[in-house]
Amino acid sequence: MDFNDVTGRIFDIQRFSVHDGPGIRTIIFLKGCMFRCKWCCNPEGQNYEIEKLISDGKEKTVGKDITAGEVVDIIARDESYYRRSGGGVTLSGGEALLQTEFAKAIFALCKMRGINTAIETTGYIPFEKISEVLPYIDYFLMDIKHTDDEKHKLFCGKSNKSVLENAVKISSVAKSYSVRVPVIPTFNDTKEEIASIAKFASTLPKVDKMHLLPYHRLGQDKYTGLLREYELSHLIPPDNEKMAQLLNEAQNYFKNTVIGG
Amino acid sequence: MKSFNFKEIPKTSRIDALKEDLYRNMPEIEASRAVLVTESYKQTEGLPMVTRRAKAFSHILKNIPIIIRYNELIVGSATIAPRGCQIFPEFSYKWLEEELDTVSERSADPFYISEETKNTLRSVFPYWEGKTTSELAYSYMAPETKLSIEHNIFTVGNYFYNGVGHVTVQYDKVLKIGYRGIIDEAKSELEKIDFSDADCARRTAFLEAVIESCEAAILYAKRYALLAKKEAENCMDAKRKEELLKISENCERVPEYGAQTFYQACQSFWFVQMLLQMESSGHSISPGRFDQYMYPYYKKDIEKGIITKEEAQELLDCIWIKLNDLNKVRDKVSAEGFAGYSLFQNLIAGGQDKDGNDATNELSFMCISATMHVLLPQPSFSVRVWNGSPNEFLLKAAELTRTGVGLPAYYNDEVIIPSLLSRGLSIEDARDYNIIGCVEPQKAGKTEGWHDAAFFNMLKPLELVFSNGMDNGVRISVETGDVTKMSTFEEFYDAYKAHMNYQIKLLVNADNAIDLAHMEKGVMPYLSCMVDDCIKRGKCVQEGGAVYNFTGPQGFGVANMADALYAVKKLVFEEKKISMETLKNAIDANFSNGNDKSYEITLEIVSKMADQGVNVEKDDIALVYKQVQNAIGHETEYGKILKMIEELPRFGNDIDEVDMMARDVAYTYTKPLEKYKNPRGGAFQAGMYPVSANVLLGSQTGATPDGRLAFTPIADGVSPAAGRDTLGPTAAANSVSKLDHAIASNGTLYNMKFHPSALSGIEGLTNFVSLIRGYFDRKGSHMQFNVVSRETLRDAQAHPENYKNLVVRVAGYSALFTTLSRALQDDIISRTEQAGF
Repeated sequence: MDFNDVTGRIFDIQRFSVHDGPGIRTIIFLKGCMFRCKWCCNPEGQNYEIEKLISDGKEKTVGKDITAGEVVDIIARDESYYRRSGGGVTLSGGEALLQTEFAKAIFALCKMRGINTAIETTGYIPFEKISEVLPYIDYFLMDIKHTDDEKHKLFCGKSNKSVLENAVKISSVAKSYSVRVPVIPTFNDTKEEIASIAKFASTLPKVDKMHLLPYHRLGQDKYTGLLREYELSHLIPPDNEKMAQLLNEAQNYFKNTVIGG
Repeated sequence: MKSFNFKEIPKTSRIDALKEDLYRNMPEIEASRAVLVTESYKQTEGLPMVTRRAKAFSHILKNIPIIIRYNELIVGSATIAPRGCQIFPEFSYKWLEEELDTVSERSADPFYISEETKNTLRSVFPYWEGKTTSELAYSYMAPETKLSIEHNIFTVGNYFYNGVGHVTVQYDKVLKIGYRGIIDEAKSELEKIDFSDADCARRTAFLEAVIESCEAAILYAKRYALLAKKEAENCMDAKRKEELLKISENCERVPEYGAQTFYQACQSFWFVQMLLQMESSGHSISPGRFDQYMYPYYKKDIEKGIITKEEAQELLDCIWIKLNDLNKVRDKVSAEGFAGYSLFQNLIAGGQDKDGNDATNELSFMCISATMHVLLPQPSFSVRVWNGSPNEFLLKAAELTRTGVGLPAYYNDEVIIPSLLSRGLSIEDARDYNIIGCVEPQKAGKTEGWHDAAFFNMLKPLELVFSNGMDNGVRISVETGDVTKMSTFEEFYDAYKAHMNYQIKLLVNADNAIDLAHMEKGVMPYLSCMVDDCIKRGKCVQEGGAVYNFTGPQGFGVANMADALYAVKKLVFEEKKISMETLKNAIDANFSNGNDKSYEITLEIVSKMADQGVNVEKDDIALVYKQVQNAIGHETEYGKILKMIEELPRFGNDIDEVDMMARDVAYTYTKPLEKYKNPRGGAFQAGMYPVSANVLLGSQTGATPDGRLAFTPIADGVSPAAGRDTLGPTAAANSVSKLDHAIASNGTLYNMKFHPSALSGIEGLTNFVSLIRGYFDRKGSHMQFNVVSRETLRDAQAHPENYKNLVVRVAGYSALFTTLSRALQDDIISRTEQAGF
């Protein structure tokens, strides 16, 4: 099948994104995820089904089927900005790799046009599937949310076992690999927990950078709009001082750690 | 690319003190120039106009009160009051006569005026009855033209009421040879004239006027030399005494002779800049490529150890302050169109030299620093960008953008140079361009560009399509037939073009009438001696003395027009969702928004209830109103049409179908203009930007088929209409880049509003520069940014006292936010704010 005709399901496209990979990027949000992280700021991306979201009192349909060719036409509109900034496309989600063929088609088409590619992934996908897409990806941005399996299950709904295994495999073959850690109070915001993640990162074959992403509540309204409950409404985002302490701790084990995307 | 490794030099305490002094009081109107020019004109009746102008200039400079402000290093003030302004009755005065008692109270750009000044002005004004350039210009205009101006199709107020300005002169020449050198040049030209030459009289009069004007400038500087010396004698502070003696020494030397030091070059520059604005009331007298012509003096002094970098930076900062000391009072209506006391003195750094090499130097960086140090609206600081511009320079410029001062504006050499070539400039001259006023490119010292000749509201001819050429019951344009009977979109669009063509002709008629009036009465020998080839040709720039002559009137409303045409095409002709008649009615009814029927119905019900003897209380009325609203629904028929329009693709979202409509409709303005000529022998060239006239002229324009409600602002420049670009900065920039910027060789203006968070950190700056470069790769011409959060602006509206110094980008220039009218403030707040996602 022609890559152009591969169909997939997305729920948003954001142009001029400057926090998800290098340079000016276009982010394609693919729908569907097997995790249910309690802090997720894109809950409308979790279910694969097309659903309704109420925003500003108006009902909005979330989710749209589209071909890879159509997506890449939109991506290519910002080529001149990618060229100047070293940016490109980032697939995000949801979990972009759940729609493996679609992701692969988009990446392959981008590579034909010389567009830089990146992915934000949970890594919770069979490695065989990941390896199909890997050759087309310039930047691999992968979450390591926790090293403790129980806690991971409690907050994300799934075990972290295959995530940690895949991290080892991917980082040994990816062109560029970065670890991203959402810093969530009551989940992983102690010095020990962050240190443990940093230690793990330092054992991986190749990691370029580790990002600590402070928890924010910007997705909260979407839960209401989806008629779902936001379980973390009691949490207060970590302040700068707290983030600086954690950064310091992480850098003890993994030098190239930064705050933010 | 070169590495500059530029080190920021901190500002001195003097700069803050100078700034504070400058902004202590409301600007004031002074009468001294008006009195002197009147005295002189009375004595010279019957002489050639150019002679009279020179004698008046000389009389003013000999007698006008002078002042050295506390702690100044660069001296020369047009008024005794800081930021004061002089009056130029020879151009126009009636508006001021009418506004004398209200000018201090008006909302846009108020000026304090003392009772004594009012009386003095009242005593000089009667002399000017029937003698001004504006009266002469009016008499030259066709009756049809006057009608179109009355009906707000376009406005030519700028040059109608004032001197022309809008020029960059040969500062480099004065720095190098001084006015003594120019006098010598004029004298040697005089010697070449033979008594029998056909133009002997005119050339002689002109050259003698040049000599008289240059002598006046020299004498004026010497008055400062003397004043500084006197003040030094009485000065107890040893350090200041030394400074005053230095000032005296400088003014003794320049601008009579060439500058020997960087300090003298700065002082000489300032006299030129300030005296140009004493000769005429024209604004946008632009210093141009300051970093280029000042650099040799800087380099020499640094190499010889005559000056430190710190001292040089302080002198630049002082000039930047002085540029804000000049001011101008405009009539009430124009003040709203040019709000913010702005003089648009555009100063540009970076870019290529005449041979095509990168010209960025250390002074280019120091100009950025100076703008950061003073954070004031003047100069209108600009930066030239080309493929070879050092990123280091652009990143430094981006840092300035991040301060939120609305500066610099960025200009694209890769569009502007070819665009100027297409207008007949040589490649060397095109590469050496600078910007006048807002966005208008010209070659300095060779051009009389008339860059701000008019504002043309492109939405008005669309109204004329719907009214078949009538406005408020008066025929003001051609007949194009009943709009409801038009059967194809092409027919509709052709009707629009017919009105455009007719109104553009009238615009040309208006501009040429004013041009002729300036040629007869507004000649400027002082200005002309610093523009080639005036001395050689023996005539002023107003008479066609310049090498390059243009007239540049601005069209605006491209974004609204694109959306409007697209809506008509789609909804009426292609999808046939609404009839033309319904659309016309919807527009006439302002889409029901200004005409909510529920209010009327409520009144009717309530009065019936009262008639029936029901005792109606206030609460009852509210209750009835609510029930009526629920009953008829918020969505009236016209409301539904508005919604239909709003759901269509809009300009600003990178959608080819609409964007190409914008490109095409822009041509309906830019292309017809190209073929017309002005009395100086030059051609018309279009610009596309409104300064701030989009708000003013919007308030005179009814609802339009793009869903714009009646009397609301029109989109500014070539930017998308406020709030309609929803896909972020790259999509919006792509839409704008699809216009043909090169044909609008008088400049296009793209305003983008950024949230400060999008520019944080070095990565934010780098991406920001990439955005500019990306837009410029796609052949955009100009870009400017407002980096202020909405919350900040709202707070400034609520507490203006806390934001006296808040500078924002208006349109082609920056202004103090709190001095703008409420309507303009709201317009700036509502422009889409782009954040990095």
